[in-house]
Amino acid sequence: MIYTDVIMEYSKDDTFKKKLSHSTHHEHGHNPSCGDDLELELIIEDNLIKEAAFTGSGCAISMASTAMMCELITGETVDKAKQKVSAFLNLIKSEVEESDVEELLEDALILGNIKHMPARVKCAVLAWRTLAEVLN
Amino acid sequence: MNKSLRDYKSDFYVFDANTSLVYMDSAATTLRPKKVVDALSDYSKYHHANVHRGAYKLSYEATQCYDLSRKEIKKFIGGNKDGELIFTYGATDSINLLMRSFIDMEFLGMGDSIVLSIYEHHSNLVPWQYLAQKTGATLKYIYDFDDLSVIDENTKIVSVTLMSNATGFRTPIQTLVDKSREVGAYIIGDGAQIIGHEKIDVSDLDLDFFVFSGHKMFGPTGIGGLYGKKNILEKLMPYRFGGDMIEYVKEQSSTYDEIPGKFEAGTPNIEGVVGLLSAIEYMKLVGLKEISEHVSCLRDYARVELEKLNFVSIIESGNQSGPIISFQIQDVHPHDVASILDNSHIAVRAGHHCAQPLMKYLNIQGTTRISFQIYNSYEDIDQFIEALKTVRSWLGYGT
Repeated sequence: MIYTDVIMEYSKDDTFKKKLSHSTHHEHGHNPSCGDDLELELIIEDNLIKEAAFTGSGCAISMASTAMMCELITGETVDKAKQKVSAFLNLIKSEVEESDVEELLEDALILGNIKHMPARVKCAVLAWRTLAEVLN
Repeated sequence: MNKSLRDYKSDFYVFDANTSLVYMDSAATTLRPKKVVDALSDYSKYHHANVHRGAYKLSYEATQCYDLSRKEIKKFIGGNKDGELIFTYGATDSINLLMRSFIDMEFLGMGDSIVLSIYEHHSNLVPWQYLAQKTGATLKYIYDFDDLSVIDENTKIVSVTLMSNATGFRTPIQTLVDKSREVGAYIIGDGAQIIGHEKIDVSDLDLDFFVFSGHKMFGPTGIGGLYGKKNILEKLMPYRFGGDMIEYVKEQSSTYDEIPGKFEAGTPNIEGVVGLLSAIEYMKLVGLKEISEHVSCLRDYARVELEKLNFVSIIESGNQSGPIISFQIQDVHPHDVASILDNSHIAVRAGHHCAQPLMKYLNIQGTTRISFQIYNSYEDIDQFIEALKTVRSWLGYGT
């Protein structure tokens, strides 16, 4: 089951769940079919993601995924972040093995298990699709 | 003391293969009785032929069966000689047929109104939005059935569900029919949700139109009906054109068949009709009264058990709700509830249930929904309650 301790901890983690006082980039993402709704905010300076945060509501999977993603990209260059997004989306589509992207995804690797629960894939990828929109 | 309920699981193949399945999503689709599966198989194996009145025995028999099925199904819903049953692909298709016909007939315009209730499924909502956009008519909603003032002399169409698929709320359809008559509006009843567990008499209700889907009443998907008064159906333009709905075809023009043929272009979903008839026969075998009582007992039992749990809030649905309960669990998103229950082989539905305007009106993001049919039991509900108690702790919340 996807509801491991790690996922549950991240779903309740408020570290990245906040409104930034000023952001350079923001994007809205939502899944109309289930009501997951989030606003992603980034501060990008000199090609570096200084801060990432989000507000919104949704299921535990979507919230955990968003928190994990924010943690993963904070402090990374935009290019590195794009690599991580690709890695994650390819992992979900089973286009890469876990071992290929282990280093890039760190803790977020565990979200790869969602591909065994097709009904919840949209929840897990929402944040990453939203990030892809902002960075591209 | 709860009334003792018969076990009907053995009437359904799926429980033979999946003994631990607790299926509580009949509002989405009903499971297939063995009787229906066998009838479909039998038809496919031995009786299939096109119903275009071919001059050979197999076709003649298929045609007979198809025509007889129409009569039987019409009778089942209380149709009379003043009405006709058109076969469609389902309730959504039936409503789209009406909507397209109304556009073609230029039946409404600026200043006219179409009235729905806030409880409508998207299938009885989105088509009417399009009609309003195309014709300039206004789309209005009934929010509280104690106030029907929105139905007035400008109202041309009132289209309302007989039961909300999201909450089980049963609308006061008779009152709506009376009000529609007062102002001279057409009244359309969406029977998709109610038909699987309650006796419907369209003549008694005096509906102008009634729509339903086969797969919500133990039948196959891809088949449903539009029942309408003959004098109105005769005025409507066809929705689909082609073979079988015509009388004479010249190079540049054609004349159309009479009803019901006028609305049934192309080879119909013959096995859909076969399956639907068989489904009705199953319902008659069990007894409509038995089905109604069975699901009511389950609904009452589930309600009592859910009310004992302090982390559950039930979405209220009026005094006489049907066998559907929508609820929320403190701190837990419906999707997570559904996933965790799925782990215990319990099938429930989560989300907005194709009723986004209703969810917005009730100020909620979504719910978890359980719905009952003849194959459910008190034990199903007990298992569901036990699994529900573990949901919050799975997600790291206290009990």
